[in-house]
Amino acid sequence: MYYKMKVEKLPELYALIASEKALYLPIEQAGAVEFRKWDESSCVRLDCLNTLKSAKGVFLPQSENLVAFKTEGKNISVIDNSETAFPFVIFGVRACDARSFDILDRVFLSDPVDTYYKTRRDNATVVTLACNEPEETCFCRNFGIDAADPAGDASAWIVDGELYVRPNTEKGETFVSRLSQLLEEASDVEKLEAAKQSVRDILGKLPFAELNLDRFKGDNMLDIFHDPAWKSLSESCLGCGTCTYVCPTCQCYDIKDFDTGSGIQRYRTWDSCMFSDFTKTAGGQPRPSQVERFRQRFMHKLVYYPMNNDDIYGCVGCGRCVAKCPVSMNIVKVIKTLGGEKK
Amino acid sequence: MNNELIPHVGVITDIRQDTPDVKTFRVNSLQGGKVFEHKPGQCAMLSIPGVGEAMFSITSSPTNEEYMEFSIKKCGCLTDWLHQLDVGQQITIRGPYGNGFPVDTAFLGKDLLFIAGGIGLAPLRSVINYVRHYRDRYGSVDIVYGSRSADDLVDYKEIIDEWMNEDGFNVYLTIDREQQGWDGHVGFVPNYVKELNFDTSKTVVLCGPPIMIKFTLAGLQEQGFSKTQVFTTMELRMKCGIGKCGRCNIGSKYVCKDGPVFRCDELDELPDEY
Amino acid sequence: MQEIFGLIKEKAEKLFADGSVNRVLGWKKGETEYDRIPSVFESAEELEEFVYDGFCAANLSKYLIRESREDGKIAVLLKPCDSYSFNQLVKEHRIKRDNIYAIGIDCDGKLDIDKIKAAGVKAIQSIEENGSEVIVHTLYGDKKFNRQDVLLERCLCCKGKDHVSGDEFILAQNRVDTTVKDRFEDVRKLEAMTPDERFEFWRSELSKCIRCNACRNVCPACNCIKCVFDNEDSGVAAKANVDTFEENMFHIIRAFHVAGRCTDCGECSRVCPQHIPLHLLNRKFIKDIDELYGEFKAGADTETKGPLTDYRTGDAEPSLISDRGGSN
Repeated sequence: MYYKMKVEKLPELYALIASEKALYLPIEQAGAVEFRKWDESSCVRLDCLNTLKSAKGVFLPQSENLVAFKTEGKNISVIDNSETAFPFVIFGVRACDARSFDILDRVFLSDPVDTYYKTRRDNATVVTLACNEPEETCFCRNFGIDAADPAGDASAWIVDGELYVRPNTEKGETFVSRLSQLLEEASDVEKLEAAKQSVRDILGKLPFAELNLDRFKGDNMLDIFHDPAWKSLSESCLGCGTCTYVCPTCQCYDIKDFDTGSGIQRYRTWDSCMFSDFTKTAGGQPRPSQVERFRQRFMHKLVYYPMNNDDIYGCVGCGRCVAKCPVSMNIVKVIKTLGGEKK
Repeated sequence: MNNELIPHVGVITDIRQDTPDVKTFRVNSLQGGKVFEHKPGQCAMLSIPGVGEAMFSITSSPTNEEYMEFSIKKCGCLTDWLHQLDVGQQITIRGPYGNGFPVDTAFLGKDLLFIAGGIGLAPLRSVINYVRHYRDRYGSVDIVYGSRSADDLVDYKEIIDEWMNEDGFNVYLTIDREQQGWDGHVGFVPNYVKELNFDTSKTVVLCGPPIMIKFTLAGLQEQGFSKTQVFTTMELRMKCGIGKCGRCNIGSKYVCKDGPVFRCDELDELPDEY
Repeated sequence: MQEIFGLIKEKAEKLFADGSVNRVLGWKKGETEYDRIPSVFESAEELEEFVYDGFCAANLSKYLIRESREDGKIAVLLKPCDSYSFNQLVKEHRIKRDNIYAIGIDCDGKLDIDKIKAAGVKAIQSIEENGSEVIVHTLYGDKKFNRQDVLLERCLCCKGKDHVSGDEFILAQNRVDTTVKDRFEDVRKLEAMTPDERFEFWRSELSKCIRCNACRNVCPACNCIKCVFDNEDSGVAAKANVDTFEENMFHIIRAFHVAGRCTDCGECSRVCPQHIPLHLLNRKFIKDIDELYGEFKAGADTETKGPLTDYRTGDAEPSLISDRGGSN
């Protein structure tokens, strides 16, 4: 069942959602579009294809408090001061980012469950937005993602000045039912289907539409690991964390303590396997140069993750790393170099 | 819902200076007794809030019902701090983590050969004492243990007083270089193991510095041992202990969750990144 | 740049052929129409992938820290602005000059793909550089740009067409000057703000930082063997902005560390995924140094001591800060 309304009414829609729950949208601030909490003054940018950072930060913030400690003499008390849970809607998630939630779920919701992540997932209603004009950096299609018909609790489309919405889950049904004063049933679904088809046509014509992923499977782990091409692929890598931090599926984190002056705050931050200290211990360094660190990141996405997760790749083809790498080295180059050209 | 990342508070109830740079810490829960149960070879995350958190193998046997012990070598920021602590100091602890040794499967009924170098004895101590406790479940036990010098042998007292007197136990000690007052064997562990020429039907548990593991394993294979008979335990940088923070992987395996115990032939199927 | 491209490639092939170098540091085509990857070519055959055009913006000099320590001699391609970084690295003994053959190459300004995309260009199929025009072909139609309008910020206040170092030069017949503004123009705007406005400006910009370290890792002046922000024991090695203090301080501390050594190559702003105008911090320092110690261009040569590392009795006194209206 599809519902629709005029796009001019979007501000009303936002206000209605926000009257019940926190609402996250792609919002521009100082020239940067990110998923942020909406209020009346927000500059919403639904036209933005990729937010700078991915939507994962809503569930796995770049840094968050885990637990605090007070020490007195030889004694320690543990204080759970993690943020309190609140129900929220995240609206405008693209198909690629929506898939990234599934990929992160397999890490954080598998036993033992990550409480912080799960709480946010449970409290979230994910409303996706179909892509209208995919970019040359997009390659979601290779991972079986349909940018013209994204997943999520509810999906949305903007076609010819109208917003179409379709609930996909119980949470989605609830979401739509609360908006009945703005939404009406859509009878012109053919128009929507035609729009979807024209987007799919474009997706098929994009330069990275057909990557050859055949080689990337568990059976070839050692073969790929020892491929001599890693040396030249990693040659230009600066060892920065840009790819990792804009990536919707990179999930590695660090846990650190911070002395606040009135106690110890233990917090978690995103980390990057591209950083030189990532695996360094007092005893040694299993990945001594950027070749090994670079290799780890792509082996994880293309081989290790699928091995542990029913052959699902740890990449969604959002293209952020393609657009953002300071030296233009990226997963597409890696796939093409190691996996060969088009099928 | 149980939150794995929030630790328990434990208290240090005893500190033993084992060697010049290894101390063994006894830890109890605040109510007395153990903080949690574990299996031989499993690990725990210990931390001093404000300093950091790291993974250590639990050196005491699960059969010890009174306390947990950790033999810790001073080699970095957190361990430097731990070595400065006094009895009565509280620390945080969470776990147990990892798979542990296959004491109920692969080891059952087998003649066991333990080979350790330096602080590498720490993770083996828990399984050795477990085997002592359930003596009838296992065959003969040989222990080859070596370190740089006699002063660096961890748990020397327990080895001499208890292990050497245990029925069916043979203990072979060695140190790297001659030393005054030492009338035992002198030489590196891999060579000593060759000299001892063990029966190749034994199941081997091997732990120590990477170089020692490498040469001992090669020697064992020369003598006719298969890698499928040899178990070892790994150590890599860890932050979460639950297979999520992403830094202790060897290929598709996480040392904190799928390890730390691996059968040596399993490691052959993984990238050599450890 | 097509004529130059041919000349450079020819030169590189010749250097391989006569054995004067065993590697060439240049750029290779990446996966998109505008991706240019800094690359080490190890043979004349590998030069097949070599490219030099409007998107070859990366300053290659920093790679020489690693590459000049490898066996053999390496040829490096330096644009005029890169030659300043090169000199500075020679001055700081961070690269081995004897192992390098430096070729100064012409530059008519580098293109900013973000400016092109900001104009609404999507699904790029190809890009044509045609004199003063840039034509972008996309799945949604073509778009024509005036080259000057889509140049990198740094090229609009180019340091000049002349190289300050190099063993030989490959220059175009008609050299294009892209300078349209004074590089301190934006700094003056910042100086004209009230402290509150300025604070607000930087808070807003720096709050976008994701601590990816791209600015630091690309910066030729950030060449410490171990950065303080990578030192676990330093207490400041955080990988995220835990609080606003860190958010503010990371970039300011970095700017202090490179003050007097920063050549204003602009790589920090070019690579910032969040488009933070980091070069403005550096330019403020450069402007202050010029005003306090006399005009100084870091990297203009390999000998002159930097004003902040060379004490002279006539140097500005600290009280000058308050004379200039600042406070401590």
